[in-house]
Amino acid sequence: MKIKIALAQFNTKLGDVNANLHKHLTLIDQARQQKADLVIFPELSLTGYALLDLVADAAIRPHEDDPVFNELLGASRDIDLMVGFVHEDRRHRFYIAAAYLAEGKISHIHNKIYLPTYGMFDEGRFFAPGDSVRAFDTRFGRVGMLICEDFWHASLPYLLWLDGADILLFSSASPGRGLTHEPRLSSSEWVEHTNRAYAGLFTNFVAHANRVGYEDGLNFWGGSTIFDPNGDLVVRAPDFEDTLTVADIDLNQLHRSRARLPLLRDERTILVQRELERILGKS
Amino acid sequence: MINLNINTQLTEKILTGFIRSELNRVGFKRALLGVSGGIDSAVSLYLSAKALGPENVLGIRMPYKTSPQHTLDDAQTMIDALGVQSMTVEITDMVDPLVAKFDDVSKLRAGNIMARMRMIVLFDQSVAFNGLVMGSSNKTELLLGYSTIFGDSAAALQPIGDLYKTQVRQLARHLGVPEAVISKAPSADLWEGQTDEGELGYTYADVDQLLYLLVDQRYRPETCVEEGFDPTFVERVVHRMRQNHFKRVMPPIAKLSQRTIGYDFLYLRDWGT
Repeated sequence: MKIKIALAQFNTKLGDVNANLHKHLTLIDQARQQKADLVIFPELSLTGYALLDLVADAAIRPHEDDPVFNELLGASRDIDLMVGFVHEDRRHRFYIAAAYLAEGKISHIHNKIYLPTYGMFDEGRFFAPGDSVRAFDTRFGRVGMLICEDFWHASLPYLLWLDGADILLFSSASPGRGLTHEPRLSSSEWVEHTNRAYAGLFTNFVAHANRVGYEDGLNFWGGSTIFDPNGDLVVRAPDFEDTLTVADIDLNQLHRSRARLPLLRDERTILVQRELERILGKS
Repeated sequence: MINLNINTQLTEKILTGFIRSELNRVGFKRALLGVSGGIDSAVSLYLSAKALGPENVLGIRMPYKTSPQHTLDDAQTMIDALGVQSMTVEITDMVDPLVAKFDDVSKLRAGNIMARMRMIVLFDQSVAFNGLVMGSSNKTELLLGYSTIFGDSAAALQPIGDLYKTQVRQLARHLGVPEAVISKAPSADLWEGQTDEGELGYTYADVDQLLYLLVDQRYRPETCVEEGFDPTFVERVVHRMRQNHFKRVMPPIAKLSQRTIGYDFLYLRDWGT
């Protein structure tokens, strides 16, 4: 089975949810015309990244009664969507979140677990951290979503893999940094190496949508990618360009890769559990 | 290993994108800047012309009566080569009457007055030209505080503020800045015979390496000494960085209310754009 994934590598308007919704709907239309099955939007795609005190103003209750979600749910009737937003829960906590929408319904919401609060990042000041990670079922099989810093921690992709995810969907708003003599920024190289490693180590598909544009002096480098279960690059969007990149992935590749390299079959989860319990002093 | 080499093509791409984005999102398409004939303003000028098109850039020469003719000529050569708009506003008639009001105006004060008169010309012309003032401060000078506050450091954008002086030289070569501009001794030209390196007491080549360790690589000063840097040099640079930090931040606001600008009223400048 082949599916067509669209990576919506675009620029947002900082704090203007309606303007960003409009961009989403335009990109979804373009993806639909190219017969895509799934569109992946970057982290905080409905709001922009460095919100600071705009967080509460830009927050959304993900429900069909919300006018923004209502539009997106409508758009998801014939094409699956992964969108990024500020999630306000019933107790008015604010999360960086990704929602998977399909057939007019919300399939899953992931609240970002690891909030970088160091260096140029200050997410922990403005957001609550998510506290669970779950794979979920789609019409293409079981998938898992993570947001930026989440996949700088190897434990989360690992847990999603064990929870049955064969496709990892990553979103980020990654500020470019690390200018050297090399043709790409260190940050771009680092993220791409990591994603390739997850694809190879888990014999999984890894699709990553990263945004472009600028917020004050921060640049966002794009370079969205899909890697296949052999760790081979399926597609890479150009760095810094506003693009919708569409590529086919062949889900039968999972069969072939795992027949050759049975890493999932051989994974010793009971051993992991036992050793973790020992390390954490539980036994 | 200290390697300050940069990929100049990538740098150009990021910085021209930055200039376009930060102007266009607030409704501007034009930029203007002072062109001294030195390398920093040259690089800002070339980047602006590439980002916005030469017709949307205004280069202003602002000589004082002691400014050497060759710097004015170098500035004009670059303005002509790029085809940007240009004007020359002599600041002598603005500077001298203020200096003449006092008996004891030092070189430093006079130099600061010149830098601030140039700022006045630029911000006035920004209204007439309907453009934003492009800065030319590099990372070395920002860290050392080698600038006049509200003078040459005043700008709407600082495209080269994260590049050390030695990196600005690499970018200048890539952008096609004339070799005469790249290779001459850097000078603020605030008085005759002034050079940056003479005034600072060390070379950019040396201080850039030290700053890279201290700032980018988070070395402690004593570790820099262990790495072979002269202890007095390290101490002078660290002191200068700390002493001039006030030039890099907004003036502190005394907090009284529940919500105060700078402390808990936090937005990017690009808010809503």
